[in-house]
Amino acid sequence: MSRERLVVIGNGMAGVRAVEEVLKADEQRYAITIIGDEPYENYNRILLSPVLAGENTIEDIILNSAEWYAENGIELIKGVAATRIDRVRREVELADGRRVAYDKLIIATGSKPFMLPVPGNDLDGVIGFRDIADVETMLEAARKYDKAVVIGGGLLGLEAANGLMKNGMDVTVVHLMETLMERQLDATAGEMLRKSLEERGMTFVMPAKTTELLGDDKGRVRAVKLEDGREIEADLVVMAAGIVPNVQLAKEAGIHCERGIVVNDYLMTFDPRIHAVGECVQHRGVCYGLVAPLYEQARVLANHLAGSGWMAYEGSVTSTKLKVTGIDLFSAGDFLGGPETEEIVMQDARGGIYKKLVLRDDRLVGAVLYGDTMDGTWYFQLIKDGTDISDIRGKLLFGQAHLGDSGHGEEAAVANLPDEAEICGCNGVCKGEIVAAIKEQGLFTLEDVRAHTKASASCGSCTGLVEALLAHTLGGDYSATPSEKPMCGCTDHTHDQVRAAIVENGLKSIAEVMRFMEWKTPNGCASCRPALNYYLLCAWPGEYVDDRASRFINERAHGNIQKDGTYSVVPRMFGGVTTPDELRAIADVAEKYNAREVKVTGGQRIDLFGITKEDLPKIWADLAKAGMVSGHAYGKALRTVKTCVGSQWCRFGTQDSTGLGIRLEQLTWGSWMPHKFKMGVSGCPRNCAEATIKDFGVVCVDSGYELHVGGNGGIKVRVTDLIAKVETEEEVLGWAGAFIQLYRETAHYLERTAPWIERKGLSWVKEQLEDEQRRKELFERFRHSQKFAQHDPWSELAEKDDPIFRPVAELA
Amino acid sequence: MTDNWVEVAKVADIPPLLARVVKTKHGDIALFHAGDGQIYALDNKCPHQGGPLSEGIVHDCRVACPLHNWVIDLKTGEATGPDEGKTRTYEVKVEDGRVFLKL
Ligand code: SRM
Ligand SMILES: Cc1cc2nc3c(=O)[nH]c(=O)nc-3n(C[C@H](O)[C@H](O)[C@H](O)COP(=O)(O)OP(=O)(O)OC[C@H]3O[C@@H](n4cnc5c(N)ncnc54)[C@H](O)[C@@H]3O)c2cc1C
Ligand code: SF4
Ligand code: FES
Repeated sequence: MSRERLVVIGNGMAGVRAVEEVLKADEQRYAITIIGDEPYENYNRILLSPVLAGENTIEDIILNSAEWYAENGIELIKGVAATRIDRVRREVELADGRRVAYDKLIIATGSKPFMLPVPGNDLDGVIGFRDIADVETMLEAARKYDKAVVIGGGLLGLEAANGLMKNGMDVTVVHLMETLMERQLDATAGEMLRKSLEERGMTFVMPAKTTELLGDDKGRVRAVKLEDGREIEADLVVMAAGIVPNVQLAKEAGIHCERGIVVNDYLMTFDPRIHAVGECVQHRGVCYGLVAPLYEQARVLANHLAGSGWMAYEGSVTSTKLKVTGIDLFSAGDFLGGPETEEIVMQDARGGIYKKLVLRDDRLVGAVLYGDTMDGTWYFQLIKDGTDISDIRGKLLFGQAHLGDSGHGEEAAVANLPDEAEICGCNGVCKGEIVAAIKEQGLFTLEDVRAHTKASASCGSCTGLVEALLAHTLGGDYSATPSEKPMCGCTDHTHDQVRAAIVENGLKSIAEVMRFMEWKTPNGCASCRPALNYYLLCAWPGEYVDDRASRFINERAHGNIQKDGTYSVVPRMFGGVTTPDELRAIADVAEKYNAREVKVTGGQRIDLFGITKEDLPKIWADLAKAGMVSGHAYGKALRTVKTCVGSQWCRFGTQDSTGLGIRLEQLTWGSWMPHKFKMGVSGCPRNCAEATIKDFGVVCVDSGYELHVGGNGGIKVRVTDLIAKVETEEEVLGWAGAFIQLYRETAHYLERTAPWIERKGLSWVKEQLEDEQRRKELFERFRHSQKFAQHDPWSELAEKDDPIFRPVAELA
Repeated sequence: MTDNWVEVAKVADIPPLLARVVKTKHGDIALFHAGDGQIYALDNKCPHQGGPLSEGIVHDCRVACPLHNWVIDLKTGEATGPDEGKTRTYEVKVEDGRVFLKL
């Protein structure tokens, strides 16, 4: 069968991204041709500004090399414009007379600079700022002439002005409005920006209207004439007064256009064979001029072209960052606000810092930051997610670092780090490498960075830092990973969609989920399979049979794999309490199986290191004989319940914290979770068991028990939130079980309680648990699942004597 | 040189998407039962830092190393993605459910 022919007009950022997404979704389906009138491969238009400023070269910003087109079997017709779309014969006509037939057509022609309709706008030396040719013209002019005028004080105009100034020109910006970047900034921030640009030597004439461009006798521009009669000398005029979607081809072909080419939520035009994507498009009345929304469009479009057809594009919230080195400026969403919004403002004129947050109904809807843009990404995420911020309102303005988190300060930290600072400790990747990869290879997403540099591809603990680096390096075009991102490259579905589908459609095996949800890979990957295995286990306790091939080795072998391929073994010590008999048994196995080290862990129990795989079943059998079970020290499961001595011994103890810890551990051990889960019980507020950095912590007081949740003592320290105060041990157990079940049912795989609570909101968690009926139901579901979980995996495996732990053959 | 085919296992010994190890005097060889149903044999040593590939998660014709998650192509032994390195592979043939290695 011959492939369908997919033709793309426009070899720019949106068109090529759409092709990349199509290839990702279905490599085989189409024979692809891309037509572009620029004589280059696809490059990163955004980075033209740094190229002009001398911070990047053209080679740096090429996104897709000639080899990329060749390797993917794409025919690139470059340097030739498409001149007509023949919808009847389904052919595209080119300027050189060729005709290219299509089955499906994507129009991705972008936009062109808006040239003010004033006399003289066609003189030599009058240009827009859109492509490599424009940059070359500007650099050439900077070598020959002195004076430049930029018309337009928006993002593009200021970046052009900055670049020309860096090339030694005298630059005047003529702007129609009272303040700079009025579409991205409020008046205060606009004024601060103007001041600091003036300090760098830029001249502003505003508000001012251009009425004419005056030329010399050779037909080259010599001055700009304003409405008030003033004339400003200019050897070069850059028009940056807006962009106009390139709709001509579509219009002439009879496709419905307004300001842009009108498309539906599937990026389809009025002709079902013709789609459009990028700046040339008008979707629900909006034309976008930034990259992030175009990439979202490209993904949806590809989903339809690949025949899946369930995604819809619903519009985007955008954010901007000015790419002028040394000026930190960020804005997003509805930053002007209106009658029904409130504002939180911080202004430090001397320190050059201004922050404004716009709120509506306890949600953040817009933000303007000047001088300190550290938290831009975080605010943008809150805006896009529509997170209820009532819990953190008081701290919102001070940024993410003040959310009870004394760990990594994310972007705050990365901005100030030297290039050689190690970001990914697992793979030894430094800041400099990541930044270089982002710039040179045009990376936009966390997945891209992972694939190219390995940073954050292992334990993932540096994910936040890498995202911060992306945000810091790319500015506005970085769309922070939405929390609604697909599970992994094997699917476009999110964690929540998959979990819902499993329950609603009664999917009972990994294969069934993959079939039903149209997985793109035959059997997933090391990232989605363990997640699916957990989701199924959680949804169908007692029914779903664990798939060990989808478990990470630690959980498969019930031991922690060490760097030399041996394992460590940790028997459970309920509540951190042990007996001489247990200790004797541990000492015996340590000797018998040559444990190379015996160590007391940070979780109040004992770790035996250097056990070979073949010995694992035997050591477990021995420990089981002494009455011990696995400590799950390897698993996404209930780990430890740390206790202090409490009222049994301690002169300050108010309750039996040790006994309560043991009961908690007896109730919950064996439970599989989205991530590891730790508890602590302290006998008084001195808190010797560190209960307030545990996933679930109990602090005993005279009148009862304070229950704390969402703590984390790991990579990013987070102190717990108090969720309830109760009077009896029974109530503590009830709350603990219900909390765990809520977490088990709604967290994403590998999401610990701390980020889960921040994502869902403490109020939401409280609401679920305070309702007694609901709490009881959750607890019952937890108890039910525990019936099948509390079998010691060690003795089970030891009994089965599974040959998988032994070599299949030994050759002499 | 003569072909030296050695019988090392039955296909049934290696559960789907898992691996077993053959011990030899030159080190362990891992036998994978891959997503395409075929058996592949590689040195049980990740090109990165020697991690035991047999303990990784197998998907399609690849395995993710358990230590730092490099993904190794079972057909070629080569690391995929940005990583570079190669693990030695061995020819395998299967007859009547019996697995032979060419050594
Ligand atoms: C053995 C132990 C260190 C020790 O000798 O004391 C330990 C050892 C490891 N920790 Fe831990 N952690 C140990 C207590 C802790 C604690 C302290 C505690 O539990 O009170 C913490 C901080 C508290 C917390 O989790 O909130 C801790 C935070 C981490 C983290 C960061 C988790 C986070 O959410 O930020 C990781 C990485 C991860 O899980 O991805 C980690 C991962 C690891 C791993 C599993 C790394 C790995 O994947 O190989 C280490 C396994 C070593 C091995 O082979 O056995 N370990 N780890 C402790 C075992 C306790 C136990 O009895 O089970
Ligand atoms: C200097 C500059 C700085 C920017 N900075 C940012 C930023 O910081 N953040 C951000 O998000 N966005 C920024 N943008 C905007 C961003 O570059 C655009 O949103 C994005 O490039 C639009 O992608 P597109 O594919 O729709 O259009 P383009 O990338 O313009 O691609 C369209 C392509 O189609 C070609 N074409 C048009 N008509 C035809 C035809 N008839 N035949 C063949 N080919 C044709 C064009 O020549 C062009 O190559 C910036 C833009 C510029 C110019
Ligand atoms: S927290 Fe400290 S004081 Fe309180 S019971 Fe424990 S050891 Fe005693
Ligand atoms: S040893 Fe295999 S990834 Fe490091």
